[in-house]
Amino acid sequence: MEGRPARRYRDGARAVAPLAVAVLGFGISFGLLARSAGMSWLAPIVMSATTFAGSAQFAAVSILGAGGTVSAAVIAAVLLNLRYGPIGVSVAPWLDGPAWWRFLRAQLVVDESWAVAAEGEGRFDPRILVGAGLLLYLAWVAGTAIGALGGQALGDPKTLGLDAAFPALFLALLLPQLRNRRSILAAVLGGAIALALMPVAPAGVPIIAASAGCLIGVGRK
Amino acid sequence: MTDVWIVVLAVGTTTVAIKSLGPVLLGGRSLPSAVSGVVELLAPAVLAALVVTQALASGQSISLDARLVGMGAAGIALWRRAPILVVIVVAAAATALTRLLG
Repeated sequence: MEGRPARRYRDGARAVAPLAVAVLGFGISFGLLARSAGMSWLAPIVMSATTFAGSAQFAAVSILGAGGTVSAAVIAAVLLNLRYGPIGVSVAPWLDGPAWWRFLRAQLVVDESWAVAAEGEGRFDPRILVGAGLLLYLAWVAGTAIGALGGQALGDPKTLGLDAAFPALFLALLLPQLRNRRSILAAVLGGAIALALMPVAPAGVPIIAASAGCLIGVGRK
Repeated sequence: MTDVWIVVLAVGTTTVAIKSLGPVLLGGRSLPSAVSGVVELLAPAVLAALVVTQALASGQSISLDARLVGMGAAGIALWRRAPILVVIVVAAAATALTRLLG
């Protein structure tokens, strides 16, 4: 079950390797977007290195670029990141060690690293999480740097269909999670809540609301 | 300090804080069983929401576009028990091809 630590970290990196290519592509478009929104080359790179949360960064920078206020940009980013509250609680039991070590590893939690580390029934493999998170982090920062410094070689990642790689990964990781009636019900509720709120609520809100789908587990174990 | 750097700083600090909250406060301890019964279902609920939003969202509206063809292809690959790498590549390729022909 445990395996050698080095191997588990590598397994995590291997599990998200195809996604890392897509993340690199979106990092490049984030760098380009930031420049076209009037940012210096340095700001997007610093932002990707200190804020490891792609969708929130895209939202904040496009709001600034469209002439939005600082508070609108920050609020949009916070709404998009609120899901990391419950997600952080779900991995917390599996992150042991001193507080600073738990703090550092918590920064590597993104949707993709969290999803590949999920072993079902609430279990998470912290080494898979860290291995996957580190590779995605490197791809995100490197991509941003390439885009911000003027690399346009890749063009729009959507041309390559890379935007479809993310829901495909999440679908592939969702299916093994559907082990019993309760988990199927939670998934159906989560999907339905997200779908219902998408046209009416700002981005990020549908996902945090969908996490309420897990409340059908109240009082049952 | 310019607006850009204020946003970089504020978004960075809030993201780090939100991500740290659970692991720093609760790290290494098992959750009370009432809570863990709920958290256990978080993965299916949030993964389903991520599938729906990433496949359909276009800004704050629903858009039925080439991504759906990619998701159909991914579904077939999953049904044929293809490895995840193949599922992802098939989804991207089908989406790219649909955009190319569209």
